[in-house]
Amino acid sequence: MNSTITIADILARMEYGPAPEDPSIVSDWLTRHQAGFGHFIDGCFAAPTDPFEVANPATGAPLARVSQGSAADVDAAVAAARAAQPKWAAMPGHERARHLYALARHVQQHARFLAVLETMDNGKPIRESRDIDIPLVVRHFYHHAGWAEILADEFPDARPHGVCGQVIPWNFPLLMLAWKVAPALAAGNTVVLKPAEYTPLTALAFAGIAHEAGLPKGVLNIVTGDGRTGAALTGHDGVDKVAFTGSTEVGRQIRRQIAGSGKALTLELGGKSPFIVFADADLDAAVEGVVESTWFNQGQVCCAGARLLVAEAVVPRFEALLKARLSTLITADPLDKSTDIGAIVHPVQLARIRALVAQGVAEGAQLHQGQAPEGCFYPPTLATGVAPASTLACEEIFGPVATLTTFRTPSEAVALANNTRYGLAATIWSENINLAIDIAAKVKAGVVWINAANLFDAGAGFGGYRESGFGREGGREGMGAYLRDARPTAKKAEAVPVALQATPADAIGGTGIDRTAKLYVGGRQVRPDCGYSYAVLGAKERPIGLAGLGNRKDIRNAVEAARKAQGWGAQTGHNRAQILYYTAENLSARAVEFEARLKQFGHSAVAARDEVEISIRRIFWYAAWADKFDGAVHQTKSNHVTLAMNEPLGTLGIACPARAPLLGFVSLVLPAIAMGNRVVAIPSQPHPLAATDLYQVFDTSDLPAGVVNIVTGELDALAKTLAEHDDVEGIWYFGTVEGGTMIERASAGNLKQTWTEDGAARDWGGRDGQGQAFLSRATQVKNIWIPYGE
Amino acid sequence: MTAETVELAHALGVGAAERPADGSNAHRNPGTPLMLEMFAAHAVNRSAAERRAATLVLRRSVKKIWQAGWLVNAIRCIDLTTLAGDDTADRVTRLCAKARRPLARHIVEGLGIAEMNLTTGAVCVYPTMVAAAVRALSGSGIPVASVATGFPAGLMPLPLRLAEIRYAVDQGAAEIDIVITREHVLNGNWSALYDEVCAMREACGPAHMKAILATGDLETLRNVYAASMVAMQAGADFIKTSTGKEGINATLPVSLVMLRALRDYGDLTGHVVGFKPAGGMRTAKDALNWQVLMKEELGNDWLSPHLFRLGASSMLADIERQLDHHVTGRYAASSRHALA
Repeated sequence: MNSTITIADILARMEYGPAPEDPSIVSDWLTRHQAGFGHFIDGCFAAPTDPFEVANPATGAPLARVSQGSAADVDAAVAAARAAQPKWAAMPGHERARHLYALARHVQQHARFLAVLETMDNGKPIRESRDIDIPLVVRHFYHHAGWAEILADEFPDARPHGVCGQVIPWNFPLLMLAWKVAPALAAGNTVVLKPAEYTPLTALAFAGIAHEAGLPKGVLNIVTGDGRTGAALTGHDGVDKVAFTGSTEVGRQIRRQIAGSGKALTLELGGKSPFIVFADADLDAAVEGVVESTWFNQGQVCCAGARLLVAEAVVPRFEALLKARLSTLITADPLDKSTDIGAIVHPVQLARIRALVAQGVAEGAQLHQGQAPEGCFYPPTLATGVAPASTLACEEIFGPVATLTTFRTPSEAVALANNTRYGLAATIWSENINLAIDIAAKVKAGVVWINAANLFDAGAGFGGYRESGFGREGGREGMGAYLRDARPTAKKAEAVPVALQATPADAIGGTGIDRTAKLYVGGRQVRPDCGYSYAVLGAKERPIGLAGLGNRKDIRNAVEAARKAQGWGAQTGHNRAQILYYTAENLSARAVEFEARLKQFGHSAVAARDEVEISIRRIFWYAAWADKFDGAVHQTKSNHVTLAMNEPLGTLGIACPARAPLLGFVSLVLPAIAMGNRVVAIPSQPHPLAATDLYQVFDTSDLPAGVVNIVTGELDALAKTLAEHDDVEGIWYFGTVEGGTMIERASAGNLKQTWTEDGAARDWGGRDGQGQAFLSRATQVKNIWIPYGE
Repeated sequence: MTAETVELAHALGVGAAERPADGSNAHRNPGTPLMLEMFAAHAVNRSAAERRAATLVLRRSVKKIWQAGWLVNAIRCIDLTTLAGDDTADRVTRLCAKARRPLARHIVEGLGIAEMNLTTGAVCVYPTMVAAAVRALSGSGIPVASVATGFPAGLMPLPLRLAEIRYAVDQGAAEIDIVITREHVLNGNWSALYDEVCAMREACGPAHMKAILATGDLETLRNVYAASMVAMQAGADFIKTSTGKEGINATLPVSLVMLRALRDYGDLTGHVVGFKPAGGMRTAKDALNWQVLMKEELGNDWLSPHLFRLGASSMLADIERQLDHHVTGRYAASSRHALA
């Protein structure tokens, strides 16, 4: 073709012509490894075993044979990581920084090799692997070399988890490796990583590069294989921390699998992110945003802005511009430098995209598509006429398919944006800064891009709300996910509480007017739905009063009341602080009464006075923090402000420890509401009355209705209902060890954030009883990217 | 541009005209009444424009013989320019010789384009140099373009500026590169700008008019978009970025915004307008980048000299070096190529 074409031909058509990237160096490397790749364990490659084939999706041609990791392979890798970990963690931060720096340098020196290999293995265009994936990998290692250097200064009390078991997806194979490995190693953890079965080759190449760069043996181990290998790794007893990026369904399985194991967990899962175009936006910019978001990486991006929400006023023009842009995208050989959209990673994924789109068409969507060649390719697609109820608007397609839905007003845009089970990212287009930041604050998403899409940097956290997972990767918040605070342990674990007696008790006595402790829901004192009460026993097991026997419906009502109190989170920290100070003031005024209550439970006079006094101080402490737990402005790209905002989780369930019936409740509920959460609290099961006494204090302190709700009764049964509730964003459980396992498993339904601990472990009166760690647990970080320049 | 603007354009009787089949703009841009609605509320986000411009040229690659073809095309579109205080008739004559024969013979033959009679798109000079250029180019078919209207600042009385246009046309200039009064843009005085450019267009008569916006002076991309629209409404046949004398001359983000204005104007009125980046472009790589921009944003029609010109003086020398390398496989030395 080259020999016959003339300059005149070219001038007549002005086509780009082929611009192939030469893969010969990578092909030679693959040929040298024709025998297959073994796992990388303890600093060297094992002999290949039980191999499976990895193919180039663009051509279908086999690339390599890779080992299917067995349980024994995972054992060996975890053992190697375990053996290496103490020395790695004990190394001065500067020494670990040198290693991470070397990894960054060596990846940089092999940049083109890795880019070509990534494109052959994954099908993504060489432009993206060359200009986006690999430079971000390098940046990630540099950034985390820095964290290793200053770790002891910046996180003085934190320790590494130990051995991290990491499972990554196929859409950004080497980049996801970097996101997982760099912070883990910087923090002093060692790693066993399983790359995706479709795309294991750059991880294996990286293992070789780590070897070349002199990383100590056992610090990084790579085990290849399919989901069975991943499950063996995440479930392995020798793993202290599990990090997973992938589908929400597998994330849920992992959450259940490791419930109660004590392993730390971060999940970066699916998304169905909104892409909101207001009428005053630069429409051309927004159209280009679709290219960089929805049609980026063949749409195989968890944070793809797949749901285009467009103001009715500009829909015709936006659609026209988008269709025109669609027609200029080139879907072709990923190794060609002019390719915009490469191959879909695997025929299985292609079939899934086709099936979902076919269903969308059957439901009435109209398709507008670009061109795509034969084979494992899918054209960039715009689907119009998609309503929120359509399959295409709900299901994560993971293909280059954007759906377009219209809206009328900003509030409708927010309602549509948040009408999803996910909460990974959002993109907002408007030239009105008031509007854009207002919407950024209102969307439920861990990452928000204003007038931009898919901006990434190692210096900013990335991760989702809701069923998009929890934990962050990148920035200070990402480092936090690979460090743990000292965890208190109990000398004697919390005992299973005595079964509640809901029948009339012995004489309760007393000379005053009889007082009925009710449940506290939506700012009102309510009787329990079932109409039963249980006897609360004091010193010497003598009944001292009755408490309502709350049930599922009471929890349901309390969660509804909490949901209605959303305004609490939008108030200023100052306003919340005023109410908390007022609460302390009113508690102080009734201190004697509360001391008497505690004495009824068997507290000594001194112990009762201490518990009330510390409770008052603790309320002050969290009132003080209410307007001071600031976020950050991350340093990312030039001419960008990247705001890391601490936002409340939303509705939080809190199951309080049996001990410290007042202070335990205060120590958990106060940090939660100080940060703007609404709480459904289950007080100490044996001694709930100190907490129910508090509702009068709340009432007199102007705490808005629904911010704190109290349901007394059987702790585990009520907590389970909370853990299973899809409209609860987080749950803290301080009960039995078995109960903690149950809670973690039950939380998998909507992947709510959990904090479970042996209720007897923590000394509530001492240093353990308060701290910024409580505030971190009560918040999640939203990163808002705002490019600027005029 | 909004849906309302489209309706407005129709209400004003501005219909979609058919473009000539050959893609040329021989029919001229008749302009429209001044319609503020076509640009007043138009948002331009600079960060996004910069991102698009930066990635656009990385998204496309032109290699080997295609690259040679694209560089030859760039030569067809060059307004080979000299606009210096020390210009003389002889200097202009030398430049014209280069415009007639932009490539060394061995390159032309190596590329197999001997029959093509490759020339630059035009030669661009000051008004007093037009006569010398016209003489030197006689029989070549290469048009002479003249700057006018008090180039480069444009701060002369309007009658003098109009007289300068008439002088240059009278001397034989087929194309006039006018400069706008930046003050009108900076003050948002759109009717003054519109009236001025209309008067200049009238003074141009049969000569095609290129309106230089001096975008480096306008600074904001919103200003660039608005000034582009007003110039087109007033009948500019081309819109052009810069005089080459501002602090910042042709950039890809500015060009992107002007192309989008040009596209929006075309979508509303059906009139076709050309584009000329000028100043600061020196390399063959620049020539490829701007052509990629034209093809991606507007399509192949805007890769012909009818609708696209590169205002440059030293770019041709670099293109010639690259083409020499393509033909011989050896890296070239400028001393073996004729000076412009």
